[in-house]
Amino acid sequence: MQDDLDQLEAQSIYILREAYSRIRPLAMLWSLGKDSNVMIWLAKKAFLGRVPFPVAHLDTGLEFPETYAFRDRYAREWGLELIKDSCPPLEATDPTLPHNSRIAARKTLGLKEAIAKYQWKGVIAGIRRDEQATRAKERVFSPRGDDGAWDFRDQPPELWDHFAADLPDGVHMRIHPLLHWTELDIWRYIQREEIPVVPLYFANDDGKRFRSLGEIGITFPIDSRAANIEQIIAELEVTREPERAGRAMDHDSEDAFERLRVAGYM
Amino acid sequence: MSVIDLAIHPKAPGLQKGRAFPIVIVGHVDHGKSTLVGRLLHDTDSLPAGKLEQLKAVSEKRGLDFEWSFLLDALQVERDQGITVDTTQIWFTTQRRRYVIIDAPGHKEFLKNMVTGAAQADAAILVVDAVQGLAEQTRRHAYLLHLLGIRQVAVAVNKIDLIDHDEQRFQAVAESVRNYLADIGIEAAALVPVSARTGDNIAVHSPQTAWYRGPTLIGALDAFSARALPIEQPLRLPIQDLYRLDDRRVVVGRIESGRLKVGERIRFAPLGREAVVASLESWRGNAGRHQPREEAIAGDSVAFTLDEDVFVERGVLASHPDQAPREASRIAVRLFWLDKAPLKAGDRMTLKVGTTEREVEIEAITEALDVESLSSADATQIERNGVARVILRSRRPLALDLYDSQPRTGRGVLIRGPQIAGGLVIEEVLQQAAHAIVAVDSSVTARDRVAVNGHRGGVLWLTGLSGAGKSTLAMAAQSALFARGRQVAVLDGDNLRHGLNRDLGFSDADRAENLRRIAEVAKLMAENGQIVLVSAISPLQQQRDHARTIIGADFHEIFVQADLATCESRDPKGLYKRARAGEIAGFTGISAPYEAPRAARLILDTNRHPLSETVETLVDYALRSFAA
Repeated sequence: MQDDLDQLEAQSIYILREAYSRIRPLAMLWSLGKDSNVMIWLAKKAFLGRVPFPVAHLDTGLEFPETYAFRDRYAREWGLELIKDSCPPLEATDPTLPHNSRIAARKTLGLKEAIAKYQWKGVIAGIRRDEQATRAKERVFSPRGDDGAWDFRDQPPELWDHFAADLPDGVHMRIHPLLHWTELDIWRYIQREEIPVVPLYFANDDGKRFRSLGEIGITFPIDSRAANIEQIIAELEVTREPERAGRAMDHDSEDAFERLRVAGYM
Repeated sequence: MSVIDLAIHPKAPGLQKGRAFPIVIVGHVDHGKSTLVGRLLHDTDSLPAGKLEQLKAVSEKRGLDFEWSFLLDALQVERDQGITVDTTQIWFTTQRRRYVIIDAPGHKEFLKNMVTGAAQADAAILVVDAVQGLAEQTRRHAYLLHLLGIRQVAVAVNKIDLIDHDEQRFQAVAESVRNYLADIGIEAAALVPVSARTGDNIAVHSPQTAWYRGPTLIGALDAFSARALPIEQPLRLPIQDLYRLDDRRVVVGRIESGRLKVGERIRFAPLGREAVVASLESWRGNAGRHQPREEAIAGDSVAFTLDEDVFVERGVLASHPDQAPREASRIAVRLFWLDKAPLKAGDRMTLKVGTTEREVEIEAITEALDVESLSSADATQIERNGVARVILRSRRPLALDLYDSQPRTGRGVLIRGPQIAGGLVIEEVLQQAAHAIVAVDSSVTARDRVAVNGHRGGVLWLTGLSGAGKSTLAMAAQSALFARGRQVAVLDGDNLRHGLNRDLGFSDADRAENLRRIAEVAKLMAENGQIVLVSAISPLQQQRDHARTIIGADFHEIFVQADLATCESRDPKGLYKRARAGEIAGFTGISAPYEAPRAARLILDTNRHPLSETVETLVDYALRSFAA
């Protein structure tokens, strides 16, 4: 009998297989966070042990040392075809954006470069609806203009798990296989499947842990005593704090995140 | 009636787990949907910390009183214009269970976004303004809920404070809503007088409406049951793809209904081939916690192998042989149209049911529905947001069910250009209409053939080493093109040596003659309108250039590439072994040269890509190259 995690898993596998069947060349973004680890895990399930497309880490050079160590270890253990090109520098980003957003915007530019270089028609990203209000408006198959822009005013209809996958020239598709998962679902699945995560998610002796993991300088730990997965799950069941509270880039201004996403951020 | 103490307390932690029950909130623009969502979150204590303060700030910035709708209307355009543009989702938890709310825009402009949201729901709240009553989009949304298969509906008669909590006025609105819903086949589970702004009858019964005896809105939601997975219905498994795992061929797809067991015989429609399920495959993950499975059920994404190597491809529908789906090339459907450009009789587009895609023609629009009066009228075209009954016709049959018996394989979408243009449910399978018969004789022109076949003829000349995969590719592509209604044939060099070319040996002169004859036959067939797949080693550029001279512009040179070591290890006919042993003289790649094409139109690398992928590439190329 299926439980709710089985249903979430089956839906994500269906989406990944649709993407692989209909859009090539295809790549998956690996932010090294908990969600994208779950996504790689689901890809291994969908394709029976082998991730059949490259996995890209958009590297700003600003990850924590633990994060880089994690990347190098699991790229090897999971047999991933890892692409780890460096993102363009801060100076290349839109100077009208708030400072923290500009650091994040380096990833947008890195993704644009990678799409141009590797000619990807499809990019799989591990965003979730419950993370952030503009992500809640996303489609599973979300077409992007030639500059990577998200036309949120006129998104295509999507129903009954039918995804239109034909793309005009110069357009790429974002595929979001985790859109229907919540933060708690992710941790319960990590627990059930014993999926490795960067140790920074677990509380240190000072009572701090990262709830959402990003770049040094724009990502901050929360106060927490949750030192293992079980305790994290217990904490999430009662917390009222939003998941991305520790992400400075979300809070620069009311529309900071929307501006990032419209320009092509994940 | 006492006030029930519901929800404004911390929930039991266990409730956060388990499937979130999806509900959609629909209704006319400005009837208060987004405000209701804000109220539901607030009254169930589900708002994140700091959210209330943030919303206050955002409201003040725009010179407004507190606006609940800003919780969901996250986009700047939505906040600045005060309307919901796109559907969104948010979670809340009652004492009974966890919910995910899908908020759908009420503005007519954004009906496609409403449909996108509503299609994911198990139940709906229809919001109706107590002052205005039923409005155009209320009716349209209610009708679409029905078409989308949502049968559980609660009605929130909102802004009850604006009619002074008056029972008579509430009953008048409730009556008209109840009647309209009954006319379209929806029985409202509850009609609740509420005020989203003040919270009347949302989580607790309002002292202002002491006359009201029904449930609160949350009470009505908690009484809904989750949509059951159709496990007990006949097996329907649309095939998504084929993978190669070691040397095994694995078929993948999601079970839409029924069960699949190892050892069972299954049938693939519309080709009708059958085979026995040999195994269910999965990746084991960590710690071996996954046992090999013997059975899978509706909702599962499965991977399985077959006992025989029957031809299967994306788009076929697997079932048990005694409970097979219908096969039809003419169907009557009820559809809702979402594209900016209207739907007209005679239009051509793609119909997608399950994973099957077929080119279809809109044979006729048999009725256009006026959702206001629920009356039908004749129409020659259907505008955006319209609902109609339409007859669709395809050249080749496709496997499907009637919506009433098997909803998940009895519905589909129409795709025009890059987007979904409409959704439909299949109401009836019709007899094939008699076509005008075109006499096939020498007076038929190439243009006539294109008109009838729907595509041009031409030659795909597959060259490559023995064992590179030419014949396998040609045969698989032939099946796929045939399934898509193309006139297609294979000329296999080896096979032709048993008949047409059996007088020829393997000298240089005989090889050249062999290829000349193949080229001449391919040319005749292509002129007759066929897509001809030639599979021949044809090792020398000069030979292939000669074939090009014979065939002309419709000759497409295609290089099937695999390195010698791979071909030799495959050695499907044992020829490399014999050539190495010196038993075959002048064997290409061993003792005779192979010249790779200088300018192939297409290179299919069978070393690096699985068969399914190279076949798809070849088929796509053929569809493009010989389009009418």
